[in-house]
Amino acid sequence: MTGVLLQAFIYLMAAVIAVPLAKRLGLGSVLGYLMAGIVIGPLLGFVGDETQEIQHVAEFGVVMMLFLVGLELEPRALWAMRHKLLGLGGLQVALTTAVITALAMALGQVWSISLAIGLVFSLSSTAIVLQSLNEKGWMKTDGGQSSFSVLLFQDIAVIPMLALIPLLALPELQEAAHSAGESHGSEMSLLTGLAGWQAAVVTLAAVAAVVVGGHFLSRPLFQFVALAKLREVFTAAALLLVIGIALLMSLVGLSPALGTFLAGVVLANSEFRHELESDIDPFKGLLLGLFFITVGAGINFDILFANVGTVLSLTITLIAIKAGVLLLLAKVFKLGKSDTWLFALSLAQAGEFGFVLLALTVQNSVIPAALADTLLLVVAFSMLLTPLLFICYEKFLLPRMETEQQSGNDAIPEKAKIIIAGTGRYGQIINRMLLSSGYETVVLDISAETIDRVARFGVQTYYGDAARPDLLHAAGLHEADMLIVAIDDRERTREIVQHARRERPDIHIVARAFDRLDVYKLFQDGANDIIRETFDSAVRAGRSALEGLNMHPFEAEKVVHAFVESDKSAMRQLAEVYDPEIPAHENTAYVELSKRVRDETETAVRSSQSANKGLVDRAWRPPASTDL
Amino acid sequence: MKKILVLYAHPAQRHSRVNSAMAARAQTLDDITFVDLYAEYPRFKIDVEREQQRLLQHDVIVLQFPMMWYSTPSLLKEWQDLVLEYGFAYGEGGDKLAGKTLALAISTGGSKDAFSTTGYQQHQLPDFLTPLRQTAHLCQLHCLPPYVLFGALSETNDADLNRHVDCYCQYLGGLRDQRLPADSIGTLPYFEAHQLTTLLETGA
Repeated sequence: MTGVLLQAFIYLMAAVIAVPLAKRLGLGSVLGYLMAGIVIGPLLGFVGDETQEIQHVAEFGVVMMLFLVGLELEPRALWAMRHKLLGLGGLQVALTTAVITALAMALGQVWSISLAIGLVFSLSSTAIVLQSLNEKGWMKTDGGQSSFSVLLFQDIAVIPMLALIPLLALPELQEAAHSAGESHGSEMSLLTGLAGWQAAVVTLAAVAAVVVGGHFLSRPLFQFVALAKLREVFTAAALLLVIGIALLMSLVGLSPALGTFLAGVVLANSEFRHELESDIDPFKGLLLGLFFITVGAGINFDILFANVGTVLSLTITLIAIKAGVLLLLAKVFKLGKSDTWLFALSLAQAGEFGFVLLALTVQNSVIPAALADTLLLVVAFSMLLTPLLFICYEKFLLPRMETEQQSGNDAIPEKAKIIIAGTGRYGQIINRMLLSSGYETVVLDISAETIDRVARFGVQTYYGDAARPDLLHAAGLHEADMLIVAIDDRERTREIVQHARRERPDIHIVARAFDRLDVYKLFQDGANDIIRETFDSAVRAGRSALEGLNMHPFEAEKVVHAFVESDKSAMRQLAEVYDPEIPAHENTAYVELSKRVRDETETAVRSSQSANKGLVDRAWRPPASTDL
Repeated sequence: MKKILVLYAHPAQRHSRVNSAMAARAQTLDDITFVDLYAEYPRFKIDVEREQQRLLQHDVIVLQFPMMWYSTPSLLKEWQDLVLEYGFAYGEGGDKLAGKTLALAISTGGSKDAFSTTGYQQHQLPDFLTPLRQTAHLCQLHCLPPYVLFGALSETNDADLNRHVDCYCQYLGGLRDQRLPADSIGTLPYFEAHQLTTLLETGA
């Protein structure tokens, strides 16, 4: 127990110190984690051999990340990027493999080893690249999208590679392995003992289960869980989903990352999307961080120092070759200037799948262990250099190209994005008005029953408590132009407004207030527009009463106008004497002033016979006959 | 018998002496549709479809209003802006009002003397009505000269007021029963209560 705690303490401590430091220095979180790993591993020797095992656990962070990426990507969007996916991705893997294989053969390796090296190095690091692209906000750019397409293709390409590598086995290495009497515990699999076609059927069935199950079963399941109104149970359900799919995929020999990605895409249209996102996100973050630390910690400094020249020159050659291929592809696919460089630099490293493939090559006697150790260092080193390449792009390349491009392109304003918290009787009306005016909204509600009810009328709503900061973020608080708080819980409304204002000083907040006092509080919390929930309808009821008493409708309208205006000015006056520390009825200044402004309101509405001052009477008042 | 539609526009009816009295009496007439625009559209949300239907169902459209800053009250202007649509009242296919009659019943604050080139209004009253006359022309409406009460705020005593209201009702009735000599009326720049009796007599 103590051992585990100590390890956890070391890893967490390293992360907590290194990551904020790296961020402060502008290096990005990935480099921070990698540095932390190097410090606690090879440098200080706090952690050692167990990093390998921890890495396997931490790789699950990649699985979760792809699930989250899938959640962001609706099936339609995925279909729209099919050309990039196959064209860019396919060419990148094929060309890079070819060039590196040729180079390895030129350096004197046999073709099978060369091909294995080519395959290992053709892959890039999904974890580092996506994390960095998201962190810098480049995911939505053309370059970011192209990088993502290639990474996605690589994740798919790993599957045939895993199948291909054992076929490249060298006879002499195999014999050595056999004589050493090593036996590798084979992984559990559903496919053992099945014929080829049966295996194919099972595999397809598993994929179908993810798609169909995700589409039809997830909703009732999450609805059922949401009814319990326990947050941790929902988190558990979310984890269950991801782990379950990963398990199913590895049982049929498919990539768990790919399976969860698929599940993510299927759930991208679900009302539980934002809740799932915010629940999985911290796990993903921690596991990925852990993964990066293990990469840093796993660097074998003994081998490194023995071959520092070889490792460095190989790493630089690798990055140059990969970047070269990517630049060529960017030209062919006509990416913009800054996008070309982002694309080329972001994918120029080898990736975490390289570790997996290298381990496999050694197991299957494809590559001698000594060579594999050197190659492992090259993979790790190229990953270590990636954040530096990103910094290089951001600090030197981007500023230059942005100024060049500015004159050419018209700025296309993106459509305003609006978050509405609450889809009850209040939020629904707002949402309908915004949608009918052509705006895009993200609607959140805490009640699964309400969501189900409005869904029947075709209103798409996401499940979740908008008062939770992480959920607001998942719903897009950071990109949103407007937040509308339409829930009927006074305390939660204030929490949401306070949090949103803290995070986004520039966002426009429309808030539903319970009463006058609530208005003062929400004003102090930083809401832009504060609407008393019953004021307008009460005013309308008053107007109906006046009309019912045979007041001319236009006169009644004038009374309404006068009343509303003087009430507004009264509010402004009262807001100044209101003190949130003192209950309003004990605040003498407040009570006195409110009596006075109430009288003022009444005189304002009632016609003043003497002068042209009454708001109602003033309108269209002709000169008295004596004045003419 | 012609179908008469009176569109009445006055934003401050409780300050009104002349127009309120005219409206009250006009509403009692048989076979005349009387519409208080400010009562129907206090928030200026004019139902264009309904207003156009009303126009189609009538032969004579009477606009009754106090002149305000040399124009109609703002709601009546809004009514023109919205109801006299392209393709309905003018432009391609916009002949739905062709052949109908537009009549005006106007009160002014300024005296009759003021409405002359030498008076403080610097123009004759019909000059200020040019936009309405041209509107009628574009909509192929036959525009009658306005029935006017000058000095409605100060110069009108109760007797004058009553006579103006009585004659207004006779005018509406005359339009309805086609007792007005269109030819002799058309030549006048405007006419007042005292002229109306003669006009009706010659028409009968």
